[in-house]
Amino acid sequence: MHSALINLAYLAASVLFILGIKGLTHPRTAVRGNLYGATGMLLAVVATLASREVFGAGMQGFAVILAGVVIGGGIGATVALKIKMTAMPQMVALLNGFGGGASVFVAGAALIDASDPTAQMTVATVASGIIGSVTFFGSLVAFDKLQELVLPGKPIHFPGQQVVNGLIGLAALGVGAMLVNDPTATDLYWVLVGLASIGGVLLTIPIGGADMPVAIALLNSYSGLAATSTGFVLNNDALIITGSLVGASGLILTRIMCKAMNRSLTNVLTGAIGPEAVGGASADEVYAGKVKSASPEEVAMLFDSARRVVIVPGYGLAVSQAQHAVRELANLLESKEIEVEFAIHPVAGRMPGHMNVLLAEANVPYDKLREMDDINPTFAQTDVAIVVGANDVVNPVANTDPSCPIAGMPILEVDKARTAVVIKRSLNHGFAGIPNPLFAADRTLMLFSDAKKAILDLIAAIKEA
Amino acid sequence: MDAFIPLLTIFMLAIFVGFEIITKVPPLLHTPLMSGSNAISGITIIGAMIAAAAPAPLTTALGFCALVLAATNVVGGFLVTHRMLAMFKKKD
Repeated sequence: MHSALINLAYLAASVLFILGIKGLTHPRTAVRGNLYGATGMLLAVVATLASREVFGAGMQGFAVILAGVVIGGGIGATVALKIKMTAMPQMVALLNGFGGGASVFVAGAALIDASDPTAQMTVATVASGIIGSVTFFGSLVAFDKLQELVLPGKPIHFPGQQVVNGLIGLAALGVGAMLVNDPTATDLYWVLVGLASIGGVLLTIPIGGADMPVAIALLNSYSGLAATSTGFVLNNDALIITGSLVGASGLILTRIMCKAMNRSLTNVLTGAIGPEAVGGASADEVYAGKVKSASPEEVAMLFDSARRVVIVPGYGLAVSQAQHAVRELANLLESKEIEVEFAIHPVAGRMPGHMNVLLAEANVPYDKLREMDDINPTFAQTDVAIVVGANDVVNPVANTDPSCPIAGMPILEVDKARTAVVIKRSLNHGFAGIPNPLFAADRTLMLFSDAKKAILDLIAAIKEA
Repeated sequence: MDAFIPLLTIFMLAIFVGFEIITKVPPLLHTPLMSGSNAISGITIIGAMIAAAAPAPLTTALGFCALVLAATNVVGGFLVTHRMLAMFKKKD
């Protein structure tokens, strides 16, 4: 097919991608938006099949493409249909990585095939190689940490970490410069990829647990930037446009996540927060003699006179798969004419929007999922706030102690509710490594249990009362 | 340089379009935004197809590897996004 027609098809695909993301601005139009995106992709793929490079290559080319698409598509479809909603952060991490990896291979193939590469092409190839490898290996580490396979979820530090990272970065750039200087030395590309791969691992291991939303958002952005660089390698508008959209999306999410923790990106990336950073009051000083433990039956009695209940989900809800039980509790309370809403902190869980997806899976209507700034003013009129497996995001010291590791982080003001019920397995600290005075407050009752079991016990107790 | 400037122009404009639309996506849909945008970043698949169809065996092999990764990205990304989005419902 004529190359002008192919390019027009790529333009149409790019427009469909933009409309697709635009659809995501509202849950009502979101499903359609995603279909626009998929249609755009199909169009781009069909146009490429008809292009001179592919169609002209004959049957063998088609056979290789068909095999690749069937294998990759099969893996993608199987995982996408089987994955649990609680494991969505891992899934997204893995997909980010695959996007980055694909860019590394495409840029490498283009470099080897090029007879007389321009400076634009070689510089872009170097960028694809570096960004793509960092994305691929960074995402694999993120996946591993989230899945808790080999590496621990907590940050990994070693002496001189920043220096080593800096040296590897410089080495990769040096090899890149050599490659730009002499594009025929294609072996250097793989040296570069190797260095950037080590860099990707080293950059991600100091990021732990609750900081994962930032890491995943940033890797999301990198996967887009890798596609953009590959676009500059191939002189392809569709890759440049699409990659830029994704790059922008990831950067915006990264910024939102950092703001929601009141921390700089550098601080998150170096893993500067954590159990070592303990300051202020010790756990004994905060908790001794003041923590009131309650049984499900005692908590159930709170609802006799309650008119408004707010549920605050955290990562603990995902860990114990308590979303369906929580929905059942909300239904039961609503049947008693109690208003129930959910308070969602932007960094609750392990990726942006994690809690919303889990609760949507359990059929909680999305208009009941309220953002932090919306719901905070209503806690004073809330009879019972139920915290399910959240800790740092409801810790009032963020507002009161400017020297603590989470100082200035916006929190859900659960301490303002008439009664706070905190469902937690123990008094163990959260990711920030500091005690939470909310657990020892006068108006707080602790329900020590696994999240799902506690909610089910609570439901049983309310039904019996 | 002649080819570079138009591409740079497209790049800059696309970044602005991206910022404009994506700041309007509510936090409610941030997870599907990530998986959905991730699926479209699998557009690298078109580069992978071109490489896979190339005559040189090494290029074909690299293209094939890219193709498997990109196809997983595209198919997995759109499907899982669809699964998530289909769950978001208003009060019945």
